[in-house]
Amino acid sequence: MTEFLLVFALAIGLGWPLGRYLAAVMRGEPMRGDGLFLRLERPLYALLGTDPQRGMSWRGYAGAFLLSNGVLGVIVWLILMTQAWLPLNPNGAPNMSWDLALHTMVSFLTNTNQQHYAGQAQLSYLAHMMGIVSLQIITPMMGLALVVATLRALFGGRNAQARKADGQDQTPVDVGNYWADVIRPTLRLMLPLCLLWSVLLTSQGVPATLDGGPVLAPVDATVQMKEQKIPLGPVSPMVSIKQLGTNGGGWYGANSAVPLENPTPLSNLLETLALILIPVAVVFMIAGLTGRRRFAALVLGTMLVMSVASAGLAIWSEGFSSTSQDIALMEGKEVRFGAAPSALWAALTTQTSNGSVNAMHDSLAPLTGLVTISDMLINAIWGGIGCGLQQFIVYLLLGVFLAGLMTGRTPELFGRKIEAPEVKLLAVLVLLQPLILLGLTAITLSVPSLTGNSNPGFHAISQVFYEYASAFANNGSGFEGLGDATVWWNLTCSFVLAAGRYPALIIPLAIAAMLARKRQAPESTGSLQIETPTFALTLIAVIVILTLLQFMPVLVLGPVADHLSLIAR
Amino acid sequence: MNQTTSKDHAGCHPRMDERSFMPALINAFIKLAPQHIIKNPVMAVVWLGTLLTAAATLAGRAQPGFGWAVTAILLITVLFGNFAEAVAESRGRGQAASLRRARKDLMARRLDKSGGEKTVPAAELRPGDLVVIEEGQLIPADGEIVEGLATINEAAVTGESAPVLREAGTDRSGVIGGTKVLSDRIVVRVTAEPGNSFLDRMIALVEGSNRQKTPNEVALGILLGVMTLTFLIVVVTLPFIGGFVGAKINVVLLVALLVCLIPTTIGGLLPAIGIAGMNRALQANILAKSGKAVEVAGDVDVLLLDKTGTITYGDRQATAFHALAGVDAAQLRQAVLLASLADPTPEGKSIVKLARGKDEKLDEPEGAHFVPFSAHSRMSGVDLPGGRIIRKGAMDAIVQHVQTLGGVIPAELQVRVANVARKGATPLVVSDGAHVLGVIELSDVVKHGLKERFARLRAMGVKTVMITGDNPLTAANIAAEAGVDDYIAEARPEDKLARIRAEQAGGRLVAMVGDGTNDAPALAQADVGLAMNSGTQAAKEAGNMVDLDSDPAKLLAVVEIGKQQLITRGALTTFSLANDVSKYFAILPALFAATIPQMAALNVMKLTSPTSAVLSALIFNAIIIPLLIPLALRGVRFKPSSATQLLRNNMLVYGVGGVVLPFVAIKAIDVVISALFSL
Repeated sequence: MTEFLLVFALAIGLGWPLGRYLAAVMRGEPMRGDGLFLRLERPLYALLGTDPQRGMSWRGYAGAFLLSNGVLGVIVWLILMTQAWLPLNPNGAPNMSWDLALHTMVSFLTNTNQQHYAGQAQLSYLAHMMGIVSLQIITPMMGLALVVATLRALFGGRNAQARKADGQDQTPVDVGNYWADVIRPTLRLMLPLCLLWSVLLTSQGVPATLDGGPVLAPVDATVQMKEQKIPLGPVSPMVSIKQLGTNGGGWYGANSAVPLENPTPLSNLLETLALILIPVAVVFMIAGLTGRRRFAALVLGTMLVMSVASAGLAIWSEGFSSTSQDIALMEGKEVRFGAAPSALWAALTTQTSNGSVNAMHDSLAPLTGLVTISDMLINAIWGGIGCGLQQFIVYLLLGVFLAGLMTGRTPELFGRKIEAPEVKLLAVLVLLQPLILLGLTAITLSVPSLTGNSNPGFHAISQVFYEYASAFANNGSGFEGLGDATVWWNLTCSFVLAAGRYPALIIPLAIAAMLARKRQAPESTGSLQIETPTFALTLIAVIVILTLLQFMPVLVLGPVADHLSLIAR
Repeated sequence: MNQTTSKDHAGCHPRMDERSFMPALINAFIKLAPQHIIKNPVMAVVWLGTLLTAAATLAGRAQPGFGWAVTAILLITVLFGNFAEAVAESRGRGQAASLRRARKDLMARRLDKSGGEKTVPAAELRPGDLVVIEEGQLIPADGEIVEGLATINEAAVTGESAPVLREAGTDRSGVIGGTKVLSDRIVVRVTAEPGNSFLDRMIALVEGSNRQKTPNEVALGILLGVMTLTFLIVVVTLPFIGGFVGAKINVVLLVALLVCLIPTTIGGLLPAIGIAGMNRALQANILAKSGKAVEVAGDVDVLLLDKTGTITYGDRQATAFHALAGVDAAQLRQAVLLASLADPTPEGKSIVKLARGKDEKLDEPEGAHFVPFSAHSRMSGVDLPGGRIIRKGAMDAIVQHVQTLGGVIPAELQVRVANVARKGATPLVVSDGAHVLGVIELSDVVKHGLKERFARLRAMGVKTVMITGDNPLTAANIAAEAGVDDYIAEARPEDKLARIRAEQAGGRLVAMVGDGTNDAPALAQADVGLAMNSGTQAAKEAGNMVDLDSDPAKLLAVVEIGKQQLITRGALTTFSLANDVSKYFAILPALFAATIPQMAALNVMKLTSPTSAVLSALIFNAIIIPLLIPLALRGVRFKPSSATQLLRNNMLVYGVGGVVLPFVAIKAIDVVISALFSL
């Protein structure tokens, strides 16, 4: 309970100033620290041949986003397949197979960090640092850039005033400069914050070294091992970025359940806080970026209510429900932390599309599993940096459409009408999720040789569905025990990862840019007021019911049936 | 068709009368044809599901009794949806039939160039032809009077039997084919092509034969389509996922689940809602040229209203005389009486009435010469024998007149005039020779109940702007009395257009009322242009709605109809989706009852058996459609209030209600059918 309150209080308390700072960074106006940062940024802009002040249309912006992803993706894929021959490989990690390398690359490129490998054995230090960690730093900032561009477009674009003056239609909507939007927050927010967290975690005992690990004799003689190699490396920087950047991919296969990644209660608190710190700050950023504090309050209120409810449910299920005392559920749990901090982490890591774990989700009580899957299906309770808010905007548009009709006007968001072309694009996003998740779950389950699950029955359904839900939400956590390092899993997950990332980031931007071109009506008492408790509750109902309706059967066959058979035993 | 039947339809409780019930029922079956059902994707899926369950039952894949029961309920669901649409259409069709009678077999007396007459069928008339119509004859085609004036009975079109006056060269020169000339002789220039007359278009509109889906309907249709597809995916994947744990799911049960999940309620009622919106406008005697026009009315932000006729009754009455200092009140009264005795205008008569009311016995003197009002002099009065010249008129006209005669204007006059104007009244200044005597106060009376209506509009976020030719002071007073938000004083026709453009540039949607030819550009520019039926052809062409009663205050009703239509769609969509929660709880346990006994815990309604659970959910799903037809036709109850209040009320009724109601209803149906058929 203490940790629950502490984490939320610290996240809100620190998220607020951080959000204001982030808004200033994204506005791109002169600010403190320019002297240092401009010196670092200018060579990068020169290298990319871009003028950070020059705006882009939504197409140009999305094009730059895809181009940067394509280039980074190829480089990382090549590094992973050739790491054995490259330097900085003291532990002798072999080259990755093409499909595992593809999945790993896509997984990190999409800010997911779903791992079908164990990092300590299968990646070289170079692959970790050049491939994995650099993607972990930069991909969340890409998500941030896309949502910032979308927010700008929702309020008419950066050139709203000028376009209004010259009769609108001719000039394209300026949604910002993609390169500047990625580089500025990377240098000014992400790297300094990671440095701070690395130092704090190192102080708690998380390793930070480039040496190979020592070989020691196990204390416990019963394991019948003469010696054991302790894998070390530059762990603490990676743990910082995986927690702060809604990444989730840890140094060790068992992630933050391993004492080396998460040695003390304080480190656990720091890492739990880091799960939601920047996603919360992004919500606070809305106020400074758009000048509309009430809108930021709506987003914050809605997300906070859902977040507390989901975390509360998980803690209840792990600690107080009828299944919480079941001894079978202790398998795979990290006993150092106990029920509440494990459940809190599980809820927050799935809400934020982070995916790091401090307890194996496979071993959670079935109803906690239901909560974590639902969090990922919604994927907008804080959500990944940028992506969460972007998904929230999708729900917002749907909610406004339904609520707008109920107030007797053509639905409009910030005075701009949502009509058939926008609804068509929204429809694509609405359809994509059940089509991919249910389609692939059905195929995988009906061909047992593909499944690779470690459990029979209902739990296996949860395992398979969780894997795809996690990939589509760009979360990356797993119901461990799934034999997922196969060509089938690698390829389908690579596809799901990309399908869950790119449309969800680009389509809302396109919709916002379409809206920006429309005539803006001034808001009156007759137009839907979205910044009210009434609308917030409507929105929560839309989010929950939409998710529930689409996935109720599979959730009933998976976690719910699992729970029912557990209590029937 | 007459007014009374139309009022019956407009009543708050639309009843099915026998005349429309049977044809609608027959139509419900005709609409099962593939080319029709495909227009409504949600119902098309139900129809396919019906065929699938029938096939599966025939093939022995389900228990025959259960299989046929499900098939029958699904078929009835489709029929209910068709029936809803047919009922909505049938209400327009009755009106169309009587309109068609008015159009039939008209003959025309066409004038040729030499001035001769030739009797030809009306169908041969072309725009530009001149036709003569005399007392007792029907007007053969739409047109404009170019010569003469006549009283006309337009009951065939408007349902209003009181005759109206139409006159050449005025703003009331338009006539409609099929209406009857009651007196006098007129020459009309035809303006409409055969087959494209006002009546033709009206018939097409009320029949709904060329009904285009409105923009919001299209957008909502896409959303409903995608929800249907989503549930199709859910249902198609279910047997594969369930198969992993050994659950064998019958195809009939899957179809039942699918039909329960897809938004059949709103899907079945959506066409009816659109048609009903047009019909409700028609019942208010407003002819909307498209469904879109009605829908846009719900979005209107600003109403431009003419003062005269809309906000005030339009006939100004003398309410007081104000004598200047040094002038005897009786002297003023006598002068105004003399000046107005021969004045035929309503104002003049009201002045005489007020002056006489104060016991003044006076007849028109011998040899008095009445000077009527002219637009040039802007005053009227009387020239008495002996050179006495009495005048009344606008202040600046009288001032000029008196100064020409060498008189002096008392400083007090300005104050008196301003005092009267500030009250919202019109000041008329009276002069006798070179002396100014005093001021007549003419008041324009604001219509009863308008202030409340404007307040309701304000609550809905609609701003009202009054347009008047009055001076700013008068305008301000009437504006305050009527409770409008803004006014334009001393307005010229082009001011209306400018104001509309300015509001639109600010992103607002504007509605206005107009009748004259000089209103046409503004009517065309406005997002909603309501033309008066009494107005000119140009005005009627320019607007996107025509009010057959020529009552400008109807604009307020149009806004409410538009809003109600959107709310009905939104509320029923919410209701439809909210219903799914309980249907899951009814069907999912039934689906897995055989293979996964633990699922019985999800049977929270304690339904008797899997069979009765599925049938109960399907029956609820079907009968909710006809139960909601009255709501779809009438529109949901709409109390003008702020958007937030509307949202809160509708979410409580249709959202929360939509979740709770089916739990109760399905349980009740289960109790009944399990007792009846011992399921």
